Amino acid sequence: MPYFQMSRLALKWALTRPPTTRYPFEPRRAIAGSRGQLVFTRGNCVYCTACARKCPTGALKVDRARKKFALERLRCISCGYCVEICPKDSLALSTGHGSPATTRESESYFGT
Amino acid sequence: MARTIIPFGPQHPVLPEPIHLDLVVEDEKVIEARPSIGFIHRGLEKLVEKKDYLEFVYVAERICGICSFIHGQTYCQGVEAIMNIAVPPRANYLRTVWGELSRIHSHLLWLGLMADGMGFESLFMHSWRVRERVLNIIEATTGGRVIFGSCKIGGVRRDMDAGAIKNTLAELEIVERDMSEITNVFLNDNSVKDRLSGVGVLSRQEAHDFGCVGPMLRASGVAQDMRQLGYAAYQELQMEPVTRTEGDSYARCAVRCDELSQSVSLIRQALGKIPPGEIEAKVSGNPDGEAIVRTEQPRGEVVYCLKANGTKNLQRFRVRTPTFANLPAMLKLLQGCQLADVPILILTIDPCISCTER
Amino acid sequence: MKPEQTLEIIPVGALLKSVRAMRVRGGRLVQICATALPEQFELTYSFDLDGRLASLRVLVPIEDPRVPSIALIYGCAFLYENEMHDLFNIKVEGMTVDFRGNLYRTAVKYAFGKTKPPAAKPRPEPVACPV
Repeated sequence: MPYFQMSRLALKWALTRPPTTRYPFEPRRAIAGSRGQLVFTRGNCVYCTACARKCPTGALKVDRARKKFALERLRCISCGYCVEICPKDSLALSTGHGSPATTRESESYFGT
Repeated sequence: MARTIIPFGPQHPVLPEPIHLDLVVEDEKVIEARPSIGFIHRGLEKLVEKKDYLEFVYVAERICGICSFIHGQTYCQGVEAIMNIAVPPRANYLRTVWGELSRIHSHLLWLGLMADGMGFESLFMHSWRVRERVLNIIEATTGGRVIFGSCKIGGVRRDMDAGAIKNTLAELEIVERDMSEITNVFLNDNSVKDRLSGVGVLSRQEAHDFGCVGPMLRASGVAQDMRQLGYAAYQELQMEPVTRTEGDSYARCAVRCDELSQSVSLIRQALGKIPPGEIEAKVSGNPDGEAIVRTEQPRGEVVYCLKANGTKNLQRFRVRTPTFANLPAMLKLLQGCQLADVPILILTIDPCISCTER
Repeated sequence: MKPEQTLEIIPVGALLKSVRAMRVRGGRLVQICATALPEQFELTYSFDLDGRLASLRVLVPIEDPRVPSIALIYGCAFLYENEMHDLFNIKVEGMTVDFRGNLYRTAVKYAFGKTKPPAAKPRPEPVACPV
């Protein structure tokens, strides 16, 4: 019947559980392989500065002389180019999303 | 009769992106529409002077959020044409699969917006619910929901192994079933037909003269689809352009609904035939020369003109997006329409203003 | 250029005649692209003839960039010509719909016509709010 095409759909979904997640009371189901936040493993890094040169937004700053690795999380677009180019596997992308912040802070890691 | 000027936009509940129209109205009839764009002009074409041609892929992808993958793919195809790089076949098939997934999610988004423009909110929510499943497939295979980030010059960045292909095909079955439920409402429900039939009729000659592209052109009877040019893996897949002859908003809605099922069948064909092999080709040196590439975005034909002169920055990067080509037709359709039909007519061209004013 | 694409360089005076010939052959206007080279502007008019792409290229000098409008032959060209004027300051003579520079609302006019990016305007110093 041309007047009631939608009612079939509406009735079906009135009797089914809603497909939405009640975020933030329920956590979001993470999907494997998704590109999220950058994870830095300090022990493997040799401060070659390859990742800082490849980063398109300039979120990574590496100082070889002082062995300093700085990451500005709000500038990172999770493209993954630094992960691909790192020769020592010290960078990886986890699946979670970042937490909100009110200022642009830079995280620094110093090597031994 | 006195004329009033009603400003429509840049902020309006039916508009996905900001565009300003001054509607000159007599009572309830629109006499003409004067556009004013530039709210989202980011000058991306000028950015080629700063970013080199390898990095520019991410800028090209971010021209638009809805049709982002095909922008990146067309840019890569343009640079590959200038540098004569042969993309491996597996990368071509993967690009085709992601391009068709991008088309499905874009058409579902448009169906939702059209329902919202008509006031049919629950249908809008259902369309986007189905779209969520498609976005989950995309996130599992490329890593991002909106900006895929998987095209690079010479190939693609990620591969889909056998498990991923199996999961994708299984999810696609559920998506196809859900999609047929909502396209049934769009095409057969009387309230939708009343709002869409006979609104904004474009004859075949008018559609050709106004330079329309994509579903606007195909709904008026011209069977032109840039996928027939055979880029990526399309020359090995079976497809016919979907056309209708009435040329009104209902016909455009029907063309997009039929293209949804066409995309699902293309993905199944491509995943069935995908050859093994590598996914990227080596790139070295700088581009020198020029190329014009055309591909089919969900909204129509996009044309990229790239010009390079041997340095690592391109000299000229020009994008002519499908909405830019459809704007004159929209301005013509708005002349003489009823005020309540203005949202329908604006949405019927599938406006993607951030593409229009990169 | 791909094999099914052609490019022809024509003088400015022959533009209208060639465009009219394209119209007679049933071509659809695909795009008008303006490129700012150091000594001249290159305008490329592309037409689609049943799937094949045929382009016409016109070179205009930078000091006097004037080109006739094709909007009487192809009505939809008014948008491309207004965009060329707003971004590059190319003077198109005889436009059917002339926005007089108001189509694109940009802070810097004719930004693409200069090959060097324009210098940023100095921002005023932030003033502390008296409480």
